[in-house]
Amino acid sequence: MTDIPMTAVTAPPPPSTGRSPVASALIHAALIAASIAMIYPLLWMVSASVRPEDEIFSSTSLLPSSIDLGSYVRGWFGLDISFGRFFWNSLVVSVLTVIGNVVACSLAAYAFARLRFKGRNFWFAIMLGTLMIPYHVTLIPQYVLFLNLGWVDTYLPLIVPKFLASDAFFIFLMVQFFRGIPRELDEAAMMDGCSPWRIYWKIMVPLSLPVLATAAIFSFIWTWDDFFGPLIYLNDMNNYTIQLGLRTFVDSSSTSDWGGLFAMSTLSLVPVFFFFLFFQRLLIEGIATTGMKR
Amino acid sequence: MFLLPWLIGFFGLTLGPALVSLYLSFTNFDLIQSPEWTGMANYVRIATADPKFAAAMSVTLTYVVLSVPFKLAFALLVAIALNRGINGLTLYRAIFYLPSLLGGSVAIAVLWRQLFAGDGLVNAALSQFGIEGPSWISHPNYSIYTLVALSVWQFGSPMIIFLAGLRQIPTDMYEAASLDGASKFRQFYKITLPLLTPVIFFNAVVQTIDAFKAFTPAFIISGGTGGPINSTLFYTLYLYQEAFGNFRMGYASALAWILVVIIAIFTAFSFLTSRYWVHYDD
Repeated sequence: MTDIPMTAVTAPPPPSTGRSPVASALIHAALIAASIAMIYPLLWMVSASVRPEDEIFSSTSLLPSSIDLGSYVRGWFGLDISFGRFFWNSLVVSVLTVIGNVVACSLAAYAFARLRFKGRNFWFAIMLGTLMIPYHVTLIPQYVLFLNLGWVDTYLPLIVPKFLASDAFFIFLMVQFFRGIPRELDEAAMMDGCSPWRIYWKIMVPLSLPVLATAAIFSFIWTWDDFFGPLIYLNDMNNYTIQLGLRTFVDSSSTSDWGGLFAMSTLSLVPVFFFFLFFQRLLIEGIATTGMKR
Repeated sequence: MFLLPWLIGFFGLTLGPALVSLYLSFTNFDLIQSPEWTGMANYVRIATADPKFAAAMSVTLTYVVLSVPFKLAFALLVAIALNRGINGLTLYRAIFYLPSLLGGSVAIAVLWRQLFAGDGLVNAALSQFGIEGPSWISHPNYSIYTLVALSVWQFGSPMIIFLAGLRQIPTDMYEAASLDGASKFRQFYKITLPLLTPVIFFNAVVQTIDAFKAFTPAFIISGGTGGPINSTLFYTLYLYQEAFGNFRMGYASALAWILVVIIAIFTAFSFLTSRYWVHYDD
């Protein structure tokens, strides 16, 4: 729809010619004020998580009078099952999802971008069409299907669809990228007698690491943050992911332990935050080129 | 061969379930007994005898109509401010984008619930100015606005798309306009806005579809009830309650199809009107 080349995001901004220092200062002042307003709630939460308990709601200031990590201890062991378990579960689901998405989507994308087969355009159109279908339509029959397979309360309903390339969005992203790789490369390899598998593995995969990484990072973050899927498919608390764990904590301690709740909330954001820190540039390019959401 | 996983997924997880769901929407399926054909009964009940459907629809439409324009306006405003070769662009961009990235998680919804509680941070801040705020999330007149505010706060990803779009506008157009004596405001109105319409359109469609699907914030903030008095009963939350709370799977399937039709109408409407206001250079 909107065709924004990868370079657009990192291209140098237009030169700021002929603007007075006053105007420039005003813009900075406005931006700084807006930035503070934007991240204030997040900083406040982090700060609330390290305050002594009686001080959490007494001030709007960001600096705690003293650091008290008691909230983290209480939060971690606040439920029958420790948050370590939830973290581990989230990690398992997220990592498997990343593998599934990257492998299955890149295979499908390779077929759409490079292989000639009957009805390729037809299937490609269908694939794009699935992007438009809201998940609500397939939700109930999928649930019934997984229930009949005996998969409810396991991670299979959350993971297996990913290995079947159910996130068409990533396929689309990869097709766009693969198309930018010079055809001469795989045509030459084909002449030399390389099989499509070999071309995929030796040429496409190494050359498309940026797009594969983008897909992997977004897969991880979305799965880590996913609440709806686990809510529907996981019942046993031993299987809970971090998001369900947090929700249980809210329900069981809504009036008592705010410090513990903020401490665990903060911890749940840490992996996402670090991904953001390290892959900022990649994430922003991914967003800008594709309109990726969240 | 390469397409095999996707094909299995498509037939097994998308096309098959979609057809089954359409069938179920004409039945009284409750997950335990096998579905029994009831014709249009579900749809008739939705249209005529379900006050919760009406409530959910009105909440969701309010949310879409309020959150999307504000979100896009903020995103565009900040993108324009950032697109002027200022120092510290990367830092600003990161700060503005961070809430979008964390957005869907339970932690953020929990935080929001606390911010807008009766004794929460927002009211503490207001009281500094001598204003006594209501208990936002537990008052049916205000609760929806806290959710709109949460959505608007996450304007980061449309902002980044706007930034990329702004970089596509050739600077010499502005230079020429300045020479002709066009004011900054006029330049924005005559150059930036028209050239940006494809990006605005794209953002509007994506954000609208997304707003229709919102779930987690409403679920966490209302404790899964959609209360007080259905004021945060998002459509998806109602669908969830019917399907997995009351096990009215047939009824929920009908609700799902109505949502699809509504989203499709919205999207089609945007595409139809777009030819009058979206300019593609050709």
